[in-house]
Amino acid sequence: MKVVNQMLPSLDGKALMMGRPAYTDDFAAPGSLIVKVLRSPHAFARIADIDVEEARKLPGVELVLTYKDCSRIPFTRAGQGYPEPSPHDKFVLDEYVRYIGDEVAIVAAVDVQTAEKALTLIKVQYVVQKPVLDFETAVGNESILHPEPEIHEMFPIGFDPKNNIAAAYKMNVGNVDAVLAQCDVVIEQTYRTTAQSHVMMEPHAVNARFDHHNRLVLYSTTQTPVHVRRIISQALEFPLAKIRVIKPRVGGGFGGKQAIHGEIIVALVAIRTGKPVKMVYTRKEVFESTYSRHPMKIDMRLGAEKDGTLRAIDCQVLSDTGAYGEHALTVFMVTGSKVLPLYNKVEAVRFGGTVVYTNHTPAGAFRGYGAIQGNFALESAVDELCAKLKMDPVAFRKKNMMKEGESSPIFAIMGEGTEGTAMVMETCKLEHCVARGMELSDWAHNYPRRIIAKNRVRSVGMAIAMQGSGIPLIDMGSATIKLNDDGFYNLLVGATDIGQKSDTVLAQIAAEELGTTLDKVIVYSSDTDLTPFDTGAYASSTTYVSGNAVLKAATKMKETLITEAAAALETTADQVSFDGETFLAGEKRLTLKDLSNRLYYNAGQKQLMVTESYVGHKSPPPFMAGFATIEVDTETGEVDIIDYVSVVDCGTPINPKLAQGQVEGAIVQGIGMTMFEEPIVTKDGKLVTNDLLSYKIPTRLDIRKLTTEFATSYEASGPFGAKSVGEIGIDTPPAAIANAVYNAVGVRITDLPVTPEKIWKGILANRQAEVQNGKK
Amino acid sequence: MKINVEVNGRQRLLDVQNGDYLLEVLRAADCLSVRRGCDSTSCGVCTVLVDGKPVPSCSYLAIRADGHRITTVEGIAAEAENLANHFGAEGADQCGYCNPSFALVAYALKQTNPDATDDEIREWLVGNLCRCSGYQSQLLAIRHYLEDRS
Repeated sequence: MKVVNQMLPSLDGKALMMGRPAYTDDFAAPGSLIVKVLRSPHAFARIADIDVEEARKLPGVELVLTYKDCSRIPFTRAGQGYPEPSPHDKFVLDEYVRYIGDEVAIVAAVDVQTAEKALTLIKVQYVVQKPVLDFETAVGNESILHPEPEIHEMFPIGFDPKNNIAAAYKMNVGNVDAVLAQCDVVIEQTYRTTAQSHVMMEPHAVNARFDHHNRLVLYSTTQTPVHVRRIISQALEFPLAKIRVIKPRVGGGFGGKQAIHGEIIVALVAIRTGKPVKMVYTRKEVFESTYSRHPMKIDMRLGAEKDGTLRAIDCQVLSDTGAYGEHALTVFMVTGSKVLPLYNKVEAVRFGGTVVYTNHTPAGAFRGYGAIQGNFALESAVDELCAKLKMDPVAFRKKNMMKEGESSPIFAIMGEGTEGTAMVMETCKLEHCVARGMELSDWAHNYPRRIIAKNRVRSVGMAIAMQGSGIPLIDMGSATIKLNDDGFYNLLVGATDIGQKSDTVLAQIAAEELGTTLDKVIVYSSDTDLTPFDTGAYASSTTYVSGNAVLKAATKMKETLITEAAAALETTADQVSFDGETFLAGEKRLTLKDLSNRLYYNAGQKQLMVTESYVGHKSPPPFMAGFATIEVDTETGEVDIIDYVSVVDCGTPINPKLAQGQVEGAIVQGIGMTMFEEPIVTKDGKLVTNDLLSYKIPTRLDIRKLTTEFATSYEASGPFGAKSVGEIGIDTPPAAIANAVYNAVGVRITDLPVTPEKIWKGILANRQAEVQNGKK
Repeated sequence: MKINVEVNGRQRLLDVQNGDYLLEVLRAADCLSVRRGCDSTSCGVCTVLVDGKPVPSCSYLAIRADGHRITTVEGIAAEAENLANHFGAEGADQCGYCNPSFALVAYALKQTNPDATDDEIREWLVGNLCRCSGYQSQLLAIRHYLEDRS
């Protein structure tokens, strides 16, 4: 292959480095009204009275809106396929506020200073309600977050708002309790994960104006332009056909820009004023008033025979969706569906639980999407089981894990909010990933630990993971390829490049199939007026789903070109060969450039343009093994990550360097969640860690070495053998690092993050226990 | 009031209000490569060079810039292009939102300490966060950029 599986530089990297205007706020219309939002200082309250008269009178204030000015239409901001698997539990503005940072009122003014001044002039009388802040007490709590009668589910998701339940689900294969009762060894453990923040470097932004056709045109930092268009239309009762959503370059998303945030507010102000409007979230607003990852409490039980045969898994989850139920059910289901099939040979497996409302910042989509939480629990539990079995955790995994050609009953049972899709693993190189990871991490030498120096221990810990490649039978991608005069192409995709460089990857697929070079494929994403339908950048779908659509379109374009060349050469298509530049039919030849110019200027004139779409019939999982080599200071509990080895099966990477970037970026984001990223909330529900001073993400100094490799793998159902790779990297760090800490110092951390304090406490407890045992 | 500043080699008279920070003044003056990432001087996205030294423009009072020389990435286009080539070769660029700030900071490092070790590169750029790359590819790219004396 000439273009695919090549390490080509990204198409837009150079211009972005050189600072060209490219991001949402760079396209705000001059003189746009500035939108600011008054946000709730209370975790849960009813607005008894709101007086905006003074704010409205302030010179320069154009518009002030409260719940009294908005239609009462429940919707979900989740940004998913329709009908959505998330409850319709949100209003543009509501009489109730449900977390600190929830929207109270909207102000539009001529400049930032005036808008901020106007916020201070709004007088609100709140009737404070007792908030639900401990998600383990949410179900059946006397405080009910969503008593309003209009809210509803679109299909059964276990929605029970009277009990603060946003969603619930359970499934069962075999009789877990009976099998566990027969097992030689059973472990039972509870794991807890936290509300990680995405911290994409570009804060959420949106701007809007009415164009020369009097249509509403928005630029938005979104991962899902078609969902934004649909949800604005629903929530504001504004005709879908009059909305255009443009996604320019986006400065990172990681799931945090799948749902819609400011778009409805800005669209509403633009509709009410008819003027250009813009809104840029402050970093504090990004932390407090967009989304986090769903915190979970996961109860795991595993049962095995003495020989290390895993027989049963029981996984019960309590998930905290915060004030609104965006992605409540689907994230929670992925905690089972993209984790438990790793051990597909068990006789019995059970998964279930509830997703509850609390008065915290809502949780939503975030890279890993439940799988990282479930992986931490399962892969920690497996090591706990191995400790009890006195078995090498790698040997245990080799014996029990998914292998190529195998399946799991879970695939057919569990989808994302619906039934799943049965599938066999056509590609699963986990055995290679594990074996190679052992070599690269020097497992034989480093496991379980080596004393490096006084008070310093080196160890290694590992975990395996899987993810998916899109949502089968639901999420659709499509691509349009247009031939231009002079013989180059436009590739129009609805797939949303949000910085993962999908434009480059999709152009590589098209160029490979068309036999041309990357500079001849001009890619554009995405604009709801110009680009064909694509559900957007989520669920690790772009390379696999949108990539397959691009491949189909390129194949169709090639066929079309050959048909046209045959006509021009006065022969039949079966006589024509095409190498991407020249058509040959016996002695006759015609270049693509000449054919194009002929088609547009000279003879048989017509525009060549093809559109194809693709919806997956399965979601082939990428797999990986992650090995963390760490050093622990036994006097302080401090952990240094010496090397993080990732060996990944994502099929054939379309662009190995960009795929490596996806894996390494995700590994570091996972290391952040594991080691540093701890949202701190006061007893009143106020997020303390609402800026980048108090919420620490990994810096350059925290990352010593990453070792990343790809397994040789070819997924026949994917474009040129590819599976997706956007999320898989984030899943292993929590368990691999927790396992490494256990191997180093015998301390099992079950609650993230893995902090020096927790490790030190564990070391101390172990020492005291040793002293106690010594006395006996 | 007005401040008199040299922006990328061109003398400009810019309107400022008391309390305006350089970031918004530059954006209003069509320097759109200067962008906001946080509100607490923590992320480095808004970096510009003032008299050749990197400063976070989000917390640098515009009035302080009066009489000084400001460089944004547009002012070091050839250097940025060079760094972009190395970023491209290592797959170190993803969302690109912060890349102009990386170019300015890496350029300033090349001026000050062209033989920087990996640890010195890490320390010099520690204030420039990246959530996309995982940092390692950027370290390689910046090392190659420093080594590239063409």
